[in-house]
Amino acid sequence: MAKIPKIALIGNPNAGKSSLFNTLTGLRQKTGNFPGVTMDKLTGIWELGPKNQIEILDLPGIYSIYPKSIDEELVINILGNPAHPDYPDMVIVVADASNLKRNLLLFSQVRDLGIPTVLALNMIDVAENEGYVINSIKLARELSVEVAEVNAKKGIGVNGLKLAVQKTLENRFASNDGLPLPVSEELIDEIQAAFGEVDPYRCLLWLMEHDRMKMFTKAQCADLDQIMVKHDFEPKKYKSAETVKRYEFLTEVVDRCVINLNRQWDAPPVKTWTDRLDKLFLHPVGGYLFFLAILFVMFQAVFTWATYPMDAIDAGVAFLNDWLKDILPESTLRGLLTDGLIAGIGGVLIFIPQIAFLFFFISMLEETGYMSRVMFIMDKLMRRFGLNGKSVVPLLSSVACAVPAIMSTRSIGSRKDRLITILVTPLMSCSARLPIYTVLIALVVPEKNTLFGLFNLQGLVLFILYLLGFFMALFSAYIMKLILKAKEKSYFIMELPTYKAPRFKHVSYTILNNVKAFVFEAGKVIVAISIILWVLASYGPGNSMEDASNRIKIQNPNLSGVELTNKIAGEKLENSYAGHFGKFIEPAIRPLGYDWKIGIALITSFAAREVFVGTMSTIYSLGGEIDNENATIKNRMRAEVNPQTGKPMYDLALGFSLLIFYAFAMQCMSTLATTYRETKSWKYPLIQFGYMTALAYLSAFLVYQTLS
Amino acid sequence: MRTVADLGIGEHGFISGFTDEKLSLKLLEMGCLPGTEVILTHHAPFGDPIAIKVSGYTLSMRREEAATILINHK
Repeated sequence: MAKIPKIALIGNPNAGKSSLFNTLTGLRQKTGNFPGVTMDKLTGIWELGPKNQIEILDLPGIYSIYPKSIDEELVINILGNPAHPDYPDMVIVVADASNLKRNLLLFSQVRDLGIPTVLALNMIDVAENEGYVINSIKLARELSVEVAEVNAKKGIGVNGLKLAVQKTLENRFASNDGLPLPVSEELIDEIQAAFGEVDPYRCLLWLMEHDRMKMFTKAQCADLDQIMVKHDFEPKKYKSAETVKRYEFLTEVVDRCVINLNRQWDAPPVKTWTDRLDKLFLHPVGGYLFFLAILFVMFQAVFTWATYPMDAIDAGVAFLNDWLKDILPESTLRGLLTDGLIAGIGGVLIFIPQIAFLFFFISMLEETGYMSRVMFIMDKLMRRFGLNGKSVVPLLSSVACAVPAIMSTRSIGSRKDRLITILVTPLMSCSARLPIYTVLIALVVPEKNTLFGLFNLQGLVLFILYLLGFFMALFSAYIMKLILKAKEKSYFIMELPTYKAPRFKHVSYTILNNVKAFVFEAGKVIVAISIILWVLASYGPGNSMEDASNRIKIQNPNLSGVELTNKIAGEKLENSYAGHFGKFIEPAIRPLGYDWKIGIALITSFAAREVFVGTMSTIYSLGGEIDNENATIKNRMRAEVNPQTGKPMYDLALGFSLLIFYAFAMQCMSTLATTYRETKSWKYPLIQFGYMTALAYLSAFLVYQTLS
Repeated sequence: MRTVADLGIGEHGFISGFTDEKLSLKLLEMGCLPGTEVILTHHAPFGDPIAIKVSGYTLSMRREEAATILINHK
C-alpha cells in the first residue's frame, strides 16, 4: 500500500479547527500518544475519494509559532523537524474570517517554514453578519496560496477544500516570502552548513527555539547558542519586530481583500449577543451566582444521575464474575481471572458514567465559550492562593478523576502555577472516594434532617467533605506558593471568544475520546495493581495459607458452605502477605484508631483507594447473600466490636478519622504516574505523596484524639 | 504615562508602546499593535482582571499586565 499523505490542521484557538477535524474525519478518529511526550494525539482519516485517503493530525490551537506553554511546544517540535514521524506533507491553516488579520499571522509563519499550505477560511457567515465581505480569490492571489471557504460547523465547502488540498499536494508548492525581516546572510549560511539546507525562516526558528525542540542534542544547542552570540542575534527583539512587520504586511493585504460595509455606510456598531451575555456572566454578583448554579447542576449529574448506569455496570461485572466462577473449575487461574483481572477491569469501567457526565459539562462549557468567563471571574481569587484562573478547569475535573484533571493543566502557561495546580489537584474529592464516604457516613452519621428539615444530615456531611477537600487544596496551594520559586512571571493574556451554540457532535467526540483515554491509560495501571493486590492477598509466606484453612476447619467442625468459606477467606487474608503488612504497620496507625484490618485496607488502597470497600468486604468475610452489597458491608462493620473497650469498633471517632484520612491521603498510583509523566521528574510525585500522606495522618490523628 | 490599566469602563485609547519586553511579544501576537485602538469593556469582580476590545475581538488580561501597555489619545 502506498504511504498515505499526512496533513496537519493548525489554527488559532476557537477558529473552528476541531469542528473542521470532526467534519472531515467523522468517526474515523484515533487517539494515541506522540512519541516522547504524553500529549494526546488526535488523528483521523479523511476520504478524499475512493482509494484516496489522507491522514489528518489535529494540533493544539496556537496564536503564533513561538510557544508560550507546554502544549504549544508540540507544534514547533513537529512542524520544525522534518525527521519527526508526524511531520506532515502539508498543512491546512484554519482561519476565523471574522478576525482575519490575527488569524493570518500564524498562517504567514507556517507558510514561511516552507511547508505546502492551504488556507481554510471559516466563519465567513459571522464575518458577513458583522459587515465584512471577504474576496477570497483576491486573498489567494495576494498570499499565493490555495484558499477554500468552508463552514466547518455545517460541513459546507468540503469539496472546495478537497480541490485545494489535491492541487497543493500535487504541486508540493510552498510559497514562501523568505524572511519577514532580513538578517545577515552568513548567519543563515552557518546554520544551513551545520544543520542542513532548509528555508531561512526555519533556520531562524531553530536558532531561536532550540531549547524547546527535542530534535537537538545538548552539543547542537551549544553550537546554536554560539552562532547566536557570534552574530549578536537577539531572539526577543527579532520576534517582536517580526510580528509587527508581519502585521503591517497583513493589514495591507486585508485592506485590499476585505470590504468593511460598516465603514461605508457609517453604521453604528451592532450590539452582539456576546456583549449582552457578558453583561450577565461577568457581573460582579450575577456572574458568581450563575457559575454556582452551573456547579450545582454538574454535581447533581455526577453524583445522582450517574449512579444508575454505575449500578448497572457494577451488577453486570458481578454477574459476569459469578457466572465465570460457576462454569470454571476451582483453580488459581480462575481466582486470578475473576477476583484479580475482572474485578480490576470492573473497577475501571465503573467510573465511565461519571467521567462521561463530567466531560459532557466541561466540553459544553468550553464549546460555548463560557469557560473562559469562569477563568476570568475566578482569576483574582485563585491567584491569592498561588493558582491561576486557568486552574479552575483541572480543579473541577478532578471531582471525577485527578488523572484527566492533571493532564488538563497543560494549557497553564506559567510553570509555577501549573506545578502547584498539579500538586494540589488530588486533594479534591474524586469519584473513587465517593463509595468510601458513602459506607463510612452511613455507618457513623445518624440519618436525620437538620437545619429546619432542609438538609439531610448525612448529605450535609458528604457536602462538607467535598468542601474540605477544596479548601485544603487552596490552603496547600497557598503554602506552596510561599515555598516554590518562580523563574518566570505568570500571565493571563487570553482571548474571550464570542459565545457559540455548542456542537453536540463535537461534545460527543470529546466525551468519547476522553473516556477512551481514561479506560486505556488509567485502566492499564489499575488492572495491573489489582492483579498485584490479588496476589498479595491470596498468598502468604510458606504454607501459611494452607495452615490457615486447615486451622479453621479444625476449629469449626460444624460449619459448612458459605459460612465456612467466608471464615477461611478471613483467616487466609490475615495470614497473607497483605495481612502481614497490615500487622506490621499497626503500631503506626494505632494513634489514629485503626487496627490491622483497617491497615490492610490502607495498604491495598494505597494503589487505588476505590479498593477500600472491596477489601473491607473481604476482611469482614462476606459473601453469599448479596441483595445490597453496601448494606451487608455496613452491617458487618457495625457488628465489629473493639476488643479493648467492648464497644462498637466503628464509632464516631474512628469513622471521622477514616473519612478525613481518605479525604486527604494520596492513594492513587495512576495519579502519581500522571504527575510523573507531566512533570518529567520523580521529585514532584514524591512531594505529592509525602505532603498528602502527612496531611492525612496528622488530620486523622487530631480528629481521632479529639473525638475519642 | 497613561496605560490601559488607567482606563475606565467604556473609555478608549491608542497603543503607543510597551514597558515589558517579554509580555510585549504575546501582546503583539494577540493583535495589540502600536497605533491600534483599545476599549476597556469589563472588569472582573474586585477590578481584576480586565477585558479590552482590540482588533475586533475581546482580550482579557490582568491589571498588572494592562499596566505595561502605554496609550495616548492621538
